[in-house]
Amino acid sequence: MSNPENLKYTSSHEWVKTEADGTISIGITQHAQELLGDMVFVEAPKLGRKLGAGEECTVVESVKAASDVYAPVSGVVTAVNSDLEHTPEAINSDPYGAWIFRMKPDNAADITALLDAKAYQAVVDSGAH
Amino acid sequence: MTALKQTPLNAAHRAMGARMVDFGGWEMPVNYGSQIDEHHQVRNDCGMFDVSHMRVVDIKGAGARGFLRYLLANNVDKLTQPGKALYSCMLLDNGGVIDDLIVYFMSETWFRIVVNAGTADKDIAWMKQQAGEFNGHVPTAVAAAPLASSTAGKQSQEVLDKAVPDLAIADHPELAMIAVQGPHAREKVWAALPGSQGLTEGLIPFSAVEMGTMFIARTGYTGEDGFEIMIPARAAPYLWASLAEKGVKPIGLGARDTLRLEAGMNLYGKDMDESINPLEAGLAWTVDLKSERDFIGKAALLANPPTRKLVGLVLEDRGVLRGHQQVHTALGAGEITSGSFSPTLGKSIALARVPDAVKIGDNVQIEIRDKLLNAKTVKYPFARNGKAVCNL
Repeated sequence: MSNPENLKYTSSHEWVKTEADGTISIGITQHAQELLGDMVFVEAPKLGRKLGAGEECTVVESVKAASDVYAPVSGVVTAVNSDLEHTPEAINSDPYGAWIFRMKPDNAADITALLDAKAYQAVVDSGAH
Repeated sequence: MTALKQTPLNAAHRAMGARMVDFGGWEMPVNYGSQIDEHHQVRNDCGMFDVSHMRVVDIKGAGARGFLRYLLANNVDKLTQPGKALYSCMLLDNGGVIDDLIVYFMSETWFRIVVNAGTADKDIAWMKQQAGEFNGHVPTAVAAAPLASSTAGKQSQEVLDKAVPDLAIADHPELAMIAVQGPHAREKVWAALPGSQGLTEGLIPFSAVEMGTMFIARTGYTGEDGFEIMIPARAAPYLWASLAEKGVKPIGLGARDTLRLEAGMNLYGKDMDESINPLEAGLAWTVDLKSERDFIGKAALLANPPTRKLVGLVLEDRGVLRGHQQVHTALGAGEITSGSFSPTLGKSIALARVPDAVKIGDNVQIEIRDKLLNAKTVKYPFARNGKAVCNL
């Protein structure tokens, strides 16, 4: 599966999608889910929590390991995907559909500074996990 | 970085789409897709594992039984029928576990031991060191013989010469090992390996038989029925392919770990090691302290009654139990030794070392990141033969 062109990415393997209302949805990439394997638990970040760019904000756990998820930009948590509480495996089957939480970014311009699909692929190819 | 060691099935794993990882210096398949699917495959049907990284060590000679009686915490005198196997720990003088192993009694001059991969070289060095000292000892039976006549000195010297243990310890890294496990494992092996059914259909659990250059044991590390087959390295890919042709799915080490955890089987290096004695690792049932027999570590075990024990945990809140998480009990602190998600129970489970007075059914709390989550102590195993067996 290639990384969708319409998304932005972080070097810590989150994807970022800008929604119509200006909020952003955040999930983990195909590469990240493949490394982690079968997901069994997704912790929901707290609604209304203020996050700094790169701040640890939640955890996803596979059978194998726990992995932190980081805020791609600074902002406030506005929604969590409660479906993942019962179907964490959606992250494996549909990584770019299974958003984990949404944020209202402090500064929309921060999004454009994130990696595009090609630049993210270069991160993956360089072998940095 | 030194190159990873490879088993004879390395190419086969890659061809089957395995994700390969560094497993204690060996390049091994962690999964071939979904680890959870592989887990269920073994509980519900059958699957095959490459466990060629484990090491076979043969103890041969007239002194083999006497040596093992002294070397191992379990008593090889329980082995009376050729082919029968025994699970045991091998201990340091202070009672710490050097390794856990299976010993097969094939004849009075041949016992076969299978040890863990990561500890194999250390184990063999220890065995050889002990054998050297053992050979220099006067065997207990001879030393205890009463000196009945004036010629006794000369006679007992003759007996002693004859009784000096004849021991040869040889490991067999050239042997590969394939475990086929699950409710349908045996019939799949019979289909894949012509001639094996007649030899192994009557094999009782925890026993083995030779078939040509192969060694077939009704043992495993999953809590399911099945075989572990030792086979010369060059022949292993053919057996693997033949099993695959009969529909046996390959299973990675990821599922092997959740299967053994559900089955309540200890993992060396996680649930016990050289700093832990078997009585505090849930392995008292494998230590024979009742017989007169002396063995390495016995004095230390008798002198130090256990203050901790291993219990099962089931997490009641959402989350995943992992090794080294702290356990808070009303009677003091404990620690998780192995934890994961149990595909059979659909919950997180763990083995934990806790104060000896903690009871089954007690509520405890587990420190996970910045939270305290609720868990309950349970008697393990959690699952065997395809089903959950612990009371939740």
